[in-house]
Amino acid sequence: MAQTGSANRFGLRSRIRNMSDTNLLTSITIIVFLVMYLCAMIFLQKGFLKPQTLFNILNANASLIILSCGMSLVMITGGIDISVGGVTALVSMCCAVYLDYHGGHVVGAILIALGIGLLFGLIQGYLVAYLEIQPFIVTLAGMFFARGMTTIVNTNPFNVANEAFVKLKETRILIPFLGSYNKRGVYVDAYVEIGVVIALLIVAVMFVLLKWTKTGRSFYAVGGNRQSALMLGVNVRRTVFLSHLICGILAGIGGFVYFMHVGSGSASHASGAEMNAIASSIIGGTMLTGGVGNIIGTLFGVLSLALIQNIVSSVGLEEAWWTGITIAAMLCVFLIVQSLIMSHRKKSGMAESEQQSRGG
Amino acid sequence: MTGKLKAPNTNPIGSLFRHQIFIPLAALILLVLFNLIADPSFFQITYGHNSAGNPVLSGNLMTIIDCGSELAILAIGMTLVTAASGGQDISVGAAIAIAGSVLLRVLCGSESRPTELHAPIFVAFLVSCVVAMLFGAFNGILVAGFKIQPMVATLILFTAGRSIAAWVNNNELPIVSEESFTIFGGYIPGIPIPTPFFIALICFAVTWAVLKFTNLRLYIQSVGINEKTSRLNGLNPAVIKFSTYVLLGLCVAVAALIKVSRLSTINYSVIAKDIEMDAILAVALGGNSLSGGKFNMGASILGAYVIQFLTTTLYKFDVQSDALSAYKAIVVIALVIFSAPVVREKMAAAWKKLRAPKSIRHQA
Repeated sequence: MAQTGSANRFGLRSRIRNMSDTNLLTSITIIVFLVMYLCAMIFLQKGFLKPQTLFNILNANASLIILSCGMSLVMITGGIDISVGGVTALVSMCCAVYLDYHGGHVVGAILIALGIGLLFGLIQGYLVAYLEIQPFIVTLAGMFFARGMTTIVNTNPFNVANEAFVKLKETRILIPFLGSYNKRGVYVDAYVEIGVVIALLIVAVMFVLLKWTKTGRSFYAVGGNRQSALMLGVNVRRTVFLSHLICGILAGIGGFVYFMHVGSGSASHASGAEMNAIASSIIGGTMLTGGVGNIIGTLFGVLSLALIQNIVSSVGLEEAWWTGITIAAMLCVFLIVQSLIMSHRKKSGMAESEQQSRGG
Repeated sequence: MTGKLKAPNTNPIGSLFRHQIFIPLAALILLVLFNLIADPSFFQITYGHNSAGNPVLSGNLMTIIDCGSELAILAIGMTLVTAASGGQDISVGAAIAIAGSVLLRVLCGSESRPTELHAPIFVAFLVSCVVAMLFGAFNGILVAGFKIQPMVATLILFTAGRSIAAWVNNNELPIVSEESFTIFGGYIPGIPIPTPFFIALICFAVTWAVLKFTNLRLYIQSVGINEKTSRLNGLNPAVIKFSTYVLLGLCVAVAALIKVSRLSTINYSVIAKDIEMDAILAVALGGNSLSGGKFNMGASILGAYVIQFLTTTLYKFDVQSDALSAYKAIVVIALVIFSAPVVREKMAAAWKKLRAPKSIRHQA
């Protein structure tokens, strides 16, 4: 790609043309997010001028960021995992029951969360990679199982009163200089919850994993073309297995972060989280066909999704249905734009290679 | 699967094992056996009268053919969509909410409890058909025109559907008090078998006739198996994919009529919840490949009723409705593992090893 279009190397058009698919889609998402935030700051003012609004979006969506990271990884490898929402609910319910009814320790709860995630990842990964069952069906069953188990563990939703946990839940990390004055003129520090730090750490780790390691590149290779990945010597089965395993573990971590944010166990927690995670991954430039995607894009996908919900509610469209419709409309626009860009690039790429072959 | 056909096998049991309908049939037989052993009264059918004074047959089997009908109707459309586009429509539940909402909107106008209907039921049904097919067309354009993966394309309507349904009726829950409207989800006076079953039978008959006397099956399968070759053979893959989504829209409208008629009202967030998952399961249980290509309509329909059979069995054993899905998941996983090509090959190899000494002697 880098060799083509050498005539106008520094022009914007050629630079866009030289970008890889992944980078192009990611930059579109980041630009859209920034433009939306800027528009909100200019036209809506009030809340959006405070940095805390951004931090609140992060606080509320930390678990979704973690879930979406896992989802992106699986999607890049060419699969899908729709069990993440169910696992989140199961983790929060199990931890809640363990902490409150059995007087457990917080560390134990974290281990339970990781264990559940690991178990789901192992089993689903094995079924998808080694028994070659369609990932959609396997994880669909996983979702059903997790949701059902949540009710079997405990039917009624309840708040957790465990002291050590509540302390952890209310721990806030203050951010200097970005605070604001409230109505009474008292200075309030800006803060984020622990979950946000975990989420950002995971984003960083996943970014490094996908960008600079051999394993990371093999995910792209398998998602792009399984056959050629096999011929290049990539262990396709192990890679697919690994993607589901990591996604499962991240779902466990995401579940615990969600639990830390809401502090309660309920069977209806995180309903639809899997669809939100898929939507954010897609908005972030990951393609379901596999081989294309970027973790930074996913992060901004989650943020864009949350931002548009915030904007819709602060504009005054209070009715619940507007949220669903705007998210769907946004998803629709992104999908169509992606599809058009991809087909356009394919066409121009073909024309270019034809020209080259004729020239040479 | 075609690879296996090369091996000549005259054993009738062996060929039954390879037949596609074997999977749902085996599941059905297992369930029946399980119920026979656990509690034979499961199959009891009693004759009585309902609150309106109509003669009705009641019992678990009646519940199965009653409640499984919407699912079976959806499975028809889902099978076509799966075969042609190699993906599934996950928006059918949301689309049922929209179609049902439109149906009530036409019947009730803007009143929430009208004393008399604003339009004949038939007209309302036609309008909801058109709306459901338009939404199907929307999905179809995204999939066939813009070449977006079906699951992702239908994710849009999945997210927005229930919101649109609430918006159509201004978030009110109109109630139809007209007696004749309850027929579609209840009983025709004088006939003791639930109406949804008859509606489903009509749908099966129409589907059977269409598949038998037109080229639709051939076209859909060839597009599903190889899009490029079917284009080279003069088919237009985009049009065929598009039309399967519109047909699924029609199935959705019929299912919505039954669903809304059952309650005479609608609940936007609950109606047909998770039905998309059951419909996809029905297709998978019918042994159809979820990545497109050949399909067996009968197996899908049987699969839908088997799922309902499972649900009813679980209810019988006092499983909570929320916990139902955990057991369903275990059954599904067992089924897909059993029917996975890799596992089947291994089982076939093990079977061959068992019979190896005999065949060696035969060859010598």
